[in-house]
Amino acid sequence: MLKNRKFVAACFLLMMLHLVFMLGSFVAPYGPSAQNRDFSFVPPSTIHFMDATGHFHLRPFVYQWSPRPDSLREYDESHTQLYPIHLFVEGDAYSIGGISLRTHLFGVAPEAQLFLAGTDGFGRDQFSRIVTGGRLSIATGLLATMVSLALGLLIGIVSGFYGGWIDESAMRFAELFLVLPWLYVLLAVRSFLPLHITPTQAFLLLVLVIGTIGWARPARLIRGIVLGAKSRKYVLASRGFGASDWHILVRHILPHTYGVLLTQAALLVPQYILAEVTLSFFGLGLGEPEPSWGSLLANLQHYNVLVSYWWMCAPALPLILVSLGYLRVADVIQERVQSASI
Amino acid sequence: MRYLFTLGIVWLFAALCSAASIPQAPQREEEVQAASNTLGNYGGSLVVAQRSEPKTLNPVIAADAPSREVIGRMMADLIHINRASQHTEPALAKSWTVSKDGRVFTLKLRRGVRFSDGQPFTADDVVFSFQVYLDDKTHSPQRDLLVIGGKPITVQKLDDETVRCTLAQPYAAAERIFDSVAILPRHLLEKPYRDGTFAQAWTLATPPAQIAGLGPFRLKEYTPGQRLVLERNPYYWKVDRTKRRLPYLDQLVFLFLGNEDAQVLRFQSGDTDLVNRVGADNYSLLSKDASTRGYQLFDLGPSLEYNFLVFNLNDLQSKNLSKIATKQPWFNDVRFRQAISLAVDREAIVKLIYAGRGAALWGNVSPSNKYWIDTSIPHPPRSIDKAKELLKSAGFSWRGDRLMDPHGQLVEFSIITSSSNAQRSKMATIIQDDLNKLGMDVHIVPLEFRAMLDRVFQTYDYEVAIMGLGGGDADPTPEMNVWLSSGGTHLWHLGEYKPATAWESQLDQLMQKQMLELNYKRRKRLYDQAQEIISSNVPFVFLATPDILVAAKKNVANFQPAILEPTALWDVEELYLRPVPPASAGSHR
Repeated sequence: MLKNRKFVAACFLLMMLHLVFMLGSFVAPYGPSAQNRDFSFVPPSTIHFMDATGHFHLRPFVYQWSPRPDSLREYDESHTQLYPIHLFVEGDAYSIGGISLRTHLFGVAPEAQLFLAGTDGFGRDQFSRIVTGGRLSIATGLLATMVSLALGLLIGIVSGFYGGWIDESAMRFAELFLVLPWLYVLLAVRSFLPLHITPTQAFLLLVLVIGTIGWARPARLIRGIVLGAKSRKYVLASRGFGASDWHILVRHILPHTYGVLLTQAALLVPQYILAEVTLSFFGLGLGEPEPSWGSLLANLQHYNVLVSYWWMCAPALPLILVSLGYLRVADVIQERVQSASI
Repeated sequence: MRYLFTLGIVWLFAALCSAASIPQAPQREEEVQAASNTLGNYGGSLVVAQRSEPKTLNPVIAADAPSREVIGRMMADLIHINRASQHTEPALAKSWTVSKDGRVFTLKLRRGVRFSDGQPFTADDVVFSFQVYLDDKTHSPQRDLLVIGGKPITVQKLDDETVRCTLAQPYAAAERIFDSVAILPRHLLEKPYRDGTFAQAWTLATPPAQIAGLGPFRLKEYTPGQRLVLERNPYYWKVDRTKRRLPYLDQLVFLFLGNEDAQVLRFQSGDTDLVNRVGADNYSLLSKDASTRGYQLFDLGPSLEYNFLVFNLNDLQSKNLSKIATKQPWFNDVRFRQAISLAVDREAIVKLIYAGRGAALWGNVSPSNKYWIDTSIPHPPRSIDKAKELLKSAGFSWRGDRLMDPHGQLVEFSIITSSSNAQRSKMATIIQDDLNKLGMDVHIVPLEFRAMLDRVFQTYDYEVAIMGLGGGDADPTPEMNVWLSSGGTHLWHLGEYKPATAWESQLDQLMQKQMLELNYKRRKRLYDQAQEIISSNVPFVFLATPDILVAAKKNVANFQPAILEPTALWDVEELYLRPVPPASAGSHR
């Protein structure tokens, strides 16, 4: 598996992206909700090595944006002073895992701003929002996948192993879930929930709602595997020696499901990230000012933003990368599972 | 040579078209009204975008803006408010006299006027119209305006051309209320009215022949979900300076296009001739190619509407909303409200949300309402420090950087906004950030518009809301409903039987008094005092008002949009389409 270069590249990319997004507040030069009201819709800062007089600098630097007089949302670089980009600078306070920190991975002197992906209408740094928003979107995807797989595994094993009316009812129930138009269900469920909830509650709800909707597919797959495995000779032999159901499940049957679980995980994560994006796009995710990729992309619903400020499309890029990464990984695992089972 | 030939064809075609559509000249016995604008040429159809379909074509029960915009082009009134000058002018009543006590209006009607189906217009139609509007059973939204001093206006026919209207008490804006009453054709509507089916009369399914009015246009056809076409009323009672009958346009077409972005897109693609109200962002988008694509753009200055924060001070005892009730002591403290007002960055709202095309507000009267604004109302600059001092004096304190109330409860509340109104949602984001600087935890809850109104007006299940009001008329009359403690949009405390506070009862008295005062200066003084009470007691934290922005194609002539509704179409009878020179018409494509 490790010889597959595309797979290694995809894994590496995913690991990097996850690292960046998990350390979101550290990588982001600013707080995601810090507004710079004089800098609304500033284009991305240009990173220079060559200054206005033609001198080369080894350390990259930026110029400060200044609003063009008598214009609206048009900015020029003011070449009076250059601001080198430093590593490990002090900035807005944030906390990772309960530890309060002020150090950011990179940044410029506080008089100037480094907007790697421009700013939104409130002058909030788009790059910082994408990075911190990614943490939310990806965490939703991962946790919801775990919820789905846990549910799917439980129901799949129980119905495959015990069969009978349990199997019948569980599978009919699963079919019901499979034909549900999940987007509308999500919208409906979200609108039933109370309005006034804290961001943490909203996040957990999002995870639960998305996670509980997608269990049916893994459950059916796992049921099939359990059905096949439980009639194998070594399982029958083990039963003949008086092994308990639990022993047979854990020792002989569960290992068969790992491949399917992994493939399903790699498929579900990007799907659930997209689900979160969709919900937030329709304003049903976390409220302002908490960013997520969906709420960032929702800016593009406005015609003038779509045609005037191209950098507002930037959140789509990591979304595409993460999705492609996961799908590549899923492909490879699938191939391997199939070749192993033949 | 070929070019000349094309030009000739176009001219010939234009001449044929206009020759075919010139309406009949007015008869001698017809008392027409002459307009003073530039002379236009006949023909063409003007295509206008609308957000949604009208719900009804019945002028008495129409409450939504799309219905009223369409109906307004098909109907006329006795005395009209000129949307440009904001003063009243003769319409179907060619003149009127007022008794000394200001209670009796004697109106002389125009002679020889016909409805758009050719039937004559008489005093009977006027009496019938008022009867319908004032009937409790028709549930007209205009009815409240016609009830003065607790008694409905009485309308009496003196002869075929004269009616007398009697008010129970003198009323400052008496002439203006005639503007809201469309004169109905008795010959068409009396039967449904007598049968008790008036509410079902004149729906969108009614055949055009059964609908008639006195406005410049009449219904031609309606395609559900797509368009509604009005055609020239051949009997319209206004003429231009050379006595040619108005309107100039053959047709007025309303397209139902949905939200503003869709309207702007269709305007850019040339499908519509004007956009009635553009947001500031789309306006700057259009202004970028105004000269190359031939648009005329109008920034008419701040509108008359006001956006504001309102705190829920309703009586919650009968409701099961104890959590909100624990926050009401904060909202009830004027210092808390003042602190919020001081902390809100109105300049940022105007700059970031209205792209600079708007005005910050500290009171309910817009700066463009020069006739009524009290210019002495203070505009305290934004100050977080002063706001904190006010909170401190009201017993609030800080734990870390979070604000605590005098009982040690964290100051935390949610603001509801309408999710369909992007501008108000953005205001909420700015206010959230501003109030965070005071240590308040603010959540924004976007709600579907209907659901939000339900919470504000019915269930009272909200803490703070962002809303907008006003814009109907420059006169203080429509404001009565907001500021009287018994008013239907007295939003912060609905259904008060008697004013809850001393300043509210003072405000009640001032508003009542100014309605009875006929002298402008004295009335203005009273209304000024009312504005001062409003601004110092902050029942609403006033935020900002957007400019009225209108875009039209260059060939729409006589175009003079006004800040009063219906912004662009108020003088539609005088609009005409300048023929596009063939050469430049080519360059548009």
